[in-house]
Amino acid sequence: MQRFALSAVLRWLAAAAAGFGSLYVVWLIYLSGQVVWAVLALGLVSLAFFVYASRIAFAYRYLFPGLAGMAVFVVFPLLYTAQIGFTNYSSTNLLTFERVTAYLLEQTQPDEGAAYSFSVHREGDEFRLRLAPKGEEEDDDDPEKKAAAEAHTYVTPALALIAPTPPEEIKAISLKDAHLALGEPLPLGEVIKRREVLSKLRIRLPDGALVTYAGVREFAPLASVYRLAGPDELIHVKSGKVYHANHDTGFYENAAGERLQPGFKVGIGFGNYARMLNDPEFRGPFAQIFLWTVTFAGLTVLFTLAVGCTLAVLLNWEALRFRTAYRTLLFLPYAVPGFISILVFKGLFNQNLGEINLALSTLFGLKPAWFADPFLAKVMILIVNTWLGYPYVMVLCTGLIKSIPGDLYEASAIAGAKPLTNFFKITAPLIVKPLMPLLIASFAFNFNNFVLITLLTGGRPDFLNTRVPAGTTDILVSYTYRIAFQDSGQNFALAAAISTVIFFLVAVLSMANLRMLKVNRQDGR
Amino acid sequence: MPIVVGKKHRWRIIAAHVGLIAFILLLMFPLLAIISISFRPGNFATGSLIPSEISLEHWKLALGFSYQGADGSLVEPPFPVLRWLWNSIKIAAASSFLIVAISTTAAYAFARLKFRYKSEILTSMMLLQMFPAVLALVAIFAIFETIGTFIPWLGVETHAGVILAYLGGVALHIWTIRGYFDTIPVEIEECAKVDGATHWQAFQYVLLPMAVPVLMVVFVIAFIGSIQEYPVASILLRQEANLTLAVGSKYYLYEQKYLWGDFAAAAVLSGLPITVVFLLAQRWIVSGLTAGGVKG
Repeated sequence: MQRFALSAVLRWLAAAAAGFGSLYVVWLIYLSGQVVWAVLALGLVSLAFFVYASRIAFAYRYLFPGLAGMAVFVVFPLLYTAQIGFTNYSSTNLLTFERVTAYLLEQTQPDEGAAYSFSVHREGDEFRLRLAPKGEEEDDDDPEKKAAAEAHTYVTPALALIAPTPPEEIKAISLKDAHLALGEPLPLGEVIKRREVLSKLRIRLPDGALVTYAGVREFAPLASVYRLAGPDELIHVKSGKVYHANHDTGFYENAAGERLQPGFKVGIGFGNYARMLNDPEFRGPFAQIFLWTVTFAGLTVLFTLAVGCTLAVLLNWEALRFRTAYRTLLFLPYAVPGFISILVFKGLFNQNLGEINLALSTLFGLKPAWFADPFLAKVMILIVNTWLGYPYVMVLCTGLIKSIPGDLYEASAIAGAKPLTNFFKITAPLIVKPLMPLLIASFAFNFNNFVLITLLTGGRPDFLNTRVPAGTTDILVSYTYRIAFQDSGQNFALAAAISTVIFFLVAVLSMANLRMLKVNRQDGR
Repeated sequence: MPIVVGKKHRWRIIAAHVGLIAFILLLMFPLLAIISISFRPGNFATGSLIPSEISLEHWKLALGFSYQGADGSLVEPPFPVLRWLWNSIKIAAASSFLIVAISTTAAYAFARLKFRYKSEILTSMMLLQMFPAVLALVAIFAIFETIGTFIPWLGVETHAGVILAYLGGVALHIWTIRGYFDTIPVEIEECAKVDGATHWQAFQYVLLPMAVPVLMVVFVIAFIGSIQEYPVASILLRQEANLTLAVGSKYYLYEQKYLWGDFAAAAVLSGLPITVVFLLAQRWIVSGLTAGGVKG
């Protein structure tokens, strides 16, 4: 009994620790200002506690980890992607409006109008900087003027100027108070040598202004580039131009339409979808890529089915010996990890260095440009994918053919039927129905066969003169990946919108698949 | 089958053998070629397919040793292949173990417990599994970047993060295990419950030991699935030492730096263990495959 009590105490302690730990993380997320994420995390954590504490949700104790995993890493990404598709999220519009405004307000630049010309003077092993107001000629002859000028001329403490110091402030005092006689200024060449160190200096003048390096001859105070005029209004301090936040385009814009970088993330409704349909520069390659995606998936299914099914029929032929050995060898392409065989093919098909062209050129004197010619690249993709995919179909077909009752073939043999007749009149009709949902699944898988395209051709050869880079062998997913993660632009939102379109296509395919599975099961009963 | 066969039949058998052997030779070409290339000196397609001289330079590099080149310079291994292989195995083993644990419990609920919307939940899980992760990469990256700001060891560039990301793909495994549970008579567990076992005990001590074969199948399928996974790993892992084999291998074949021979040795070295595991587990995998599912 005592042992039971101990384990109960331990369990409570563990639960309490897990609870406080997760609440702490939620609190951290909340503190960082990401309220939405905090609420989502809190929801997940409280759901977990409800499930494991409540008696009502008993069955869900077993289900929760699996369901939570699917919710967080499958459902949520899908929804989030769909949501991104309605925004302008991209490398130019990465941050939220608040962050962009804060960023722009933090921007500073040296104020050239109030610049000081500087000179560097040696003092032993160290140096002093002398900052004089710009444009005021020095006039040593007039002591009064000289004194007035010295009041506005500043000098720093002696500095080593060896390694760039961390940007700490250096206090300068006016030359008048310093009572110093500075030596000859360093020649310009010597100053330029120390440019890197100088550019790190931040000098605080007695009047409170902070000046930094602004060129080989001058130091200037830092001034904000923009200042906030209203809730949605920034003013460019120097030029006085007024920029309004445009919440439709996601940029700060002035009347002339000039935009400030970076832009911010805003919802643009169906803008990305409209672009897919209306922008001719985009629509052209998009339509071709879509067509190729369907062709690729369809032909792959067809070829793997043809090869796989033929082999399955042969392997089920009892008169044939060594069938087990054949089956193992024929299964081998499936056993080699896909990413390795795809890369092996990539090397073998290489135009100048690959073994396939080596063989072709010695045998027939041919040297096809597998990667440069769009048509040949497509042929190559289909060859490779058939090689990769037929064993799966073969395995499926073997199982299905085995379940066909043998007396059907006996009957046909008595009737004197040839093997081909056997296949088309008995085998094919009997396996096509249970095979159908698997073929649809295979179609859906190849429709999204990202790894093959990315590793083999990377979508290349590219279409010429398209604004969004697109390849002739790109399928929709690899195209989407390129828009989001490669090349210039990184247009996450456009990629997300295309992804959403693919979601729907895949959903239709899966529904059809599921329906067929159900029909089959009912027939089987 | 007691069928009378004619002379034609024998010719057909011979033709079938010839056809099959020719086909297998064609199939084996890439695999045999890569093995031969891995022993051929140099990184270019020179000479015949059967190497005239055997060189172990690529294998030395693949195994992480440097060697003295022909011009006397020391050639360093271009990439940490063994490190990548280890990363891959680590991630795959951990994620498949967790996947088996998660999907077994969930499958138990689907097979044995009564709750509302059971078939609806299962159907929608199967539907959701059809969406490839590559479509939601932007979102997945955003999720892990956010997680990483608060729990650094689970964020981008961590193996724990990749393992976590793989835990979403359990629906198919739940389906497979549930199918197996359905074939085990429920009475056995009920007997245990009559003897005073709780739900969990009946599951742990009675059902689970009987389900070991199917758990092995699911483990192997999940393991191979994770080893081969490319898209998610490619956006979550970027640093060279961190990569998995699937992400790292392609760096061998850049146009500017084409390390064909080095790649061959690395490919054989890393592909062979996986292939052997696959062939050994072939029977199990086939049974798992026919239960529904496509290689991922």
